Formats: sequence, structure tokens, C-alpha cells
Amino acid sequence: MALDLSGKQYAQVPFEEKQRLFNEVKADFRFDEYLYGCYECGVCVAACPSARFYDFSPRKIAQTAAREDVDLFYVFLNDSIWDCSQCFSCDRCPRQNSPGGLITVMREVAVKNGLASAQEALEGYGRIVYKIMSTGTQVSPDMLQPNAFPDWGPHVKEISNNLDVWRRALPPETLHTTETGWAVDDKTVIELYLIWHMTGVMDIIKEVDEGLFMILQDVMEERLEEAGYDASFN
Amino acid sequence: MIPREGLVSVSKAKDRQFVRSPEQAPTEDIHDIILQLEKEGEWEVQRVPEPYVEVETKYGRKKKIPLQRTWHHKSCGQCGHIPGYSTSIFWMNRKLGFDYLDPTDQTSCTAWNYYASATSNAAAQAAVAMRNFAAAAETTYYPIIHCGTSFGHYKETRHQLIHSPELRRQVRGILARLGKKFVIPEEIVHYSEWVHVVRDKIADHQVRNLSMIRATVHPACHYHKLITEDAIYDPEIYGGQRSAIITATLKALGIEVADYSTWFDCCGFGFRHILVSRDFSRSFATMRKIEVMKQEANPDVTVTHDTGCVTTLDHSQFAARAHGRNVGIPVMSDSQIAALAMGAHPYKVLQLHWHSTDNKPFLEKIGIDTEKAWREFETAVEALKQGDKQYLTWEDADAESVAAPSAHPEPALH
Repeated sequence: MALDLSGKQYAQVPFEEKQRLFNEVKADFRFDEYLYGCYECGVCVAACPSARFYDFSPRKIAQTAAREDVDLFYVFLNDSIWDCSQCFSCDRCPRQNSPGGLITVMREVAVKNGLASAQEALEGYGRIVYKIMSTGTQVSPDMLQPNAFPDWGPHVKEISNNLDVWRRALPPETLHTTETGWAVDDKTVIELYLIWHMTGVMDIIKEVDEGLFMILQDVMEERLEEAGYDASFN
Repeated sequence: MIPREGLVSVSKAKDRQFVRSPEQAPTEDIHDIILQLEKEGEWEVQRVPEPYVEVETKYGRKKKIPLQRTWHHKSCGQCGHIPGYSTSIFWMNRKLGFDYLDPTDQTSCTAWNYYASATSNAAAQAAVAMRNFAAAAETTYYPIIHCGTSFGHYKETRHQLIHSPELRRQVRGILARLGKKFVIPEEIVHYSEWVHVVRDKIADHQVRNLSMIRATVHPACHYHKLITEDAIYDPEIYGGQRSAIITATLKALGIEVADYSTWFDCCGFGFRHILVSRDFSRSFATMRKIEVMKQEANPDVTVTHDTGCVTTLDHSQFAARAHGRNVGIPVMSDSQIAALAMGAHPYKVLQLHWHSTDNKPFLEKIGIDTEKAWREFETAVEALKQGDKQYLTWEDADAESVAAPSAHPEPALH
């Protein structure tokens, strides 16, 4: 689907709000290192996998940020950044820009501010966020369910049917788990929870997915209390 | 008319040469900065333990790769979905007699989620990295990173910590509240760099002849595109114009490495795409990578060195085949190929039943009876089901079997 760069779809959003979000991106400590200028050479687009299958251009995003075109920036912030593959092939830029890095910062701002487009982009992703934040490993063997990966082939069903015994048929002792990628110490998971709280990540989750936030908070509170921390995480 | 002598003289492209020299590197040498920050009391630096091997990176700087006393920072995608990847790394360490640690005081780097959903921030990402580094330092073993994304992301994080005193202050405070030291490794090392430096030892232990095999190589984006100057290069491999990683290992094992035009392209993993927009990942992996390899090189196998790349390139082929696309190349990690060369069992060690694309023709080509090998694995599994034992042990994985290579194999061609 072609990207509408006219900005008409966001005409009702006050310019001040668009400017505020742009300023938030620009204020990030990484911004100046990710964006020096643009030769318009298109090397980033040529190297970009997403540009081949989406109406997506790292060059346009970098140029728009460099020109401080706040209206167009808002279009990209909502309708384009989630197409990026985050492979950083665009770091090949002869001007030393990192359009992929710039997009990472834009995504952070989109999520932190709870933009509807960010919430939509993360629909169906909650279980992944839950897994990584609550267990310390992002993907687990028990995620390999045929209904989740029907396009990966019949072996997924076979893995799922034999999961417990095939995990026990792995020689490394840490890999006998089914709900986590490997065995993680309780103390290690507690330390991870404390990091999420101390760095404001729980506030980010609350902004973008309140239901997920409540589930995570319940799980974490219980385990933190068991470990001797109070519920306010002090 | 402007007199010719008034023009600035520009050398012709054919006369220009890329000089590989640390002095001419366009980027800073982080080693100096890390040690300077240690002198200033900002953090401790965990030294690479001896014995180590020094290799050259893109601009000719030296990088130390430890041989042993390694703390294995595992990959969630490898351990969760393609567990033969990491099992092969551990198996090789054992076969080479190297001391290593497989820790449980380790979390994922959480970068897959970060690049997919941005539900984190720079401080959290740095704190997760430094917590894992502190956990490694407590054991005195040295961190070696299994995942290409963890490797690239940790280097990005190191760069941010070096250049942001405020980020250092914040993360140091968090580590202090966790009761952890603020310690950074002297080098951030990827496991494939370890495979690279021990490739001749692996070849010395080679018992399977792989000289009839043609392979293509997919270098992982987050290995050689993030903090690009830290990747291993070698003038003998691709004239030093691409990373030498994987290719040098395959050549040491006698495998023919065939080139293809889209080698620089990503695999299509996309982080969020592989989970919630897989039509993109499948299309890119098959149309820009697998089909191009097939058409231009027709390899027996393609070899890569990252979690997402093995996952995407392998698992994308099933649906593409249903559409009649020109696919069907087995995908393995360099650790799996190297372990196979050293005699590892295809199912007990490489765990190839967790892969999707048919790899039997490849295994048969190197002389493995796949039916017998699978029966051996099933027998071992049956023993677990019957309760004869709870787990398959390292000794079980190496039990003499009909699938094992002949005691008198043809000599490998190096």
C-alpha cells in the first residue's frame, strides 16, 4: 500500500503536538550521532530489505528529520517506522548516518507516548514482551505451536508433540527447559525485574498496553515480595 | 577556459587503493578509551584471559579472542528453537578439551524485543548488558556471545556508555543497587570469532571429508554492520573487502565456498516481522537470498552465524516450496558444520530435527546414513520415555554408533 505523504490524514493533529514529539526524538542523546546530513545518494535505500517490499525509504526519513519537516516527520512516525527491519544495512551511509538508529529512537518515542499506531503495530506482540520481561529469555520452546507457525512446516507439530522428551534429549544441562530458552536462576530474574522498574520500562509498557502492564506487575510484585523487596520496588 | 594546472588533481578510481591501517581508520579505537575510563575509576575492565589469539579487524586493529575459560552468553532463539546450534558450540569446546562455563545467571540481551517493539530504552538495555557482564566477571570466566544481535547490540551499548557519562552514571547506580560490580569486558567476542580462531584445531580433529560440499555464506547483519570496524577481516579472504568470518572456517574444512550476488543482503528476519509480519520475512528470505543462491551457486548447504539468520533462511522455505519457488537449501550454523566435520551426531548433537528444510541429501552426500542416525536418536529418546534415564548425556551423544564416521576415513582435504 502506498504511503500517503500528504499529511492530510493527520491534519487534525495540532502542529504543537507533532513538534513536541519531534523535539523528543531530537533531544535523545543518540540523535546527533545518528544524523549528520544527507547526500541523497540512496545507498541506504539500495541496501534496505524493507524498501524492497514496502513503500519505505530510510533516505526520506533521514532527510525529513534533517530538514525538521515536522508534519512529514509525524507521517513517518505513525505510518512507516514499523516497516523497518532494524538490520542496520543502512549504516553503509557514506555520510555516517544511521537511519536505522534514528528509527529506533522514533519507535521509542512512539511507544513511550502511546501513539495509536504504535499500539496497533504491537498488537499480537504482547506475549513476546511478557515472555522476555517475566522470564529473562525472549523465545521459549513451548512457543513452537503449529497454530502459531503453520508456515514453518510439519516439524513444528512434531516438536510440539515431543517437546518434553526432545528437550531432555539435549546434552547441555541448561537446555532441558520448555518454558524458557534455558534455565535461569530466580535471583537473576529478580534482578531483571528491578532493572525494568529502575529504568522506567514498566511505565513504557503501561502507556502502550495497560492489560499487559497489569499482568506483568502482578507477576513481578509477587516474586519481588517473595524475594524480600517491597511492592513499591524500593 | 580554466587552465588545467588550476584544477585540483583527483586520482582515478583504478589508481586508488584501500590501505588497511589502524592509523587511517575512520573510527576511534575503543580499547584505549575503555582502559582510560578504567584509570579514571569509571569502571573495571575484565581482561581477555590467556591463552588468546590475536586477529585483525576491518581496519587492521588487533582483537583478542580467548580460547577457553569462556562464559557462554546463550541466545534465546538458538536455545529455544534451534538448540543444536548452541549444543554444537559446547560439544566442540568439550572435544577440544577447553574449559568453559554454561551459566544460569544469565538473561537474554533483550535486544530482539527492543529492535522489534521498542518497549525499552537505552538505560535498560545497557543495564541488562552490564548485569550479564558483571555475572560473568564474578565467575572469572570471560563472556563469549552466541547471538549475533546480542553481540552487535552490546557493542552499540558499549559505544553509548563510552560516550555518555550520564548513561554510565545511571547504569552504574543500577548495578550498585543490584550489588553488582560495574565491569566491562576488554573485548566483546562472538562465538563465531572463536570458531574462526580455532578453525585449524577443528581441521586437525576433522574426521568427515567435506571436500565434495559446496556452500554459500550469509554473514549476519548485526555481526558486520553494527560497529563494523570490530568485525574480523583477512586480506586472504575476499581480498579483505568482506568479513572473513565463516568463509575462512569453511575453507579450512575443505569446503568449496561459492559466491552469490546478494551476499550483503539481510536474511529478512526483521525482529518484529518474523513474529507478526512473517509474509515479509518469507518473501525476502526466499526471493532475495535462497533463490539467488540456488540460481547462481546451487550450494549443498548455506552457512551462517546468527540465530535469526538460521531461523529465517531455513523456516521460510517450506511455504515458498508450496508456491513452487526455487528453494530447498539446508541452513546450518558454522558451529554445526564444524561439529559435523569433527564427527558430531546429526541428531544427538546437531539436533537437525529442529530444522525445517530437508537436510538429508546433504548428510547422505557426506556419507551419513540418515535412517540409521535417526533410529539411534529415537532409541535414545525411547530410553528417556521409558524412564531408563532422565536426560541424554554428553557421553550418550558420543556413544559409538553406526552413524559415526568410519575409523579410517578418507583424509580431509585442506
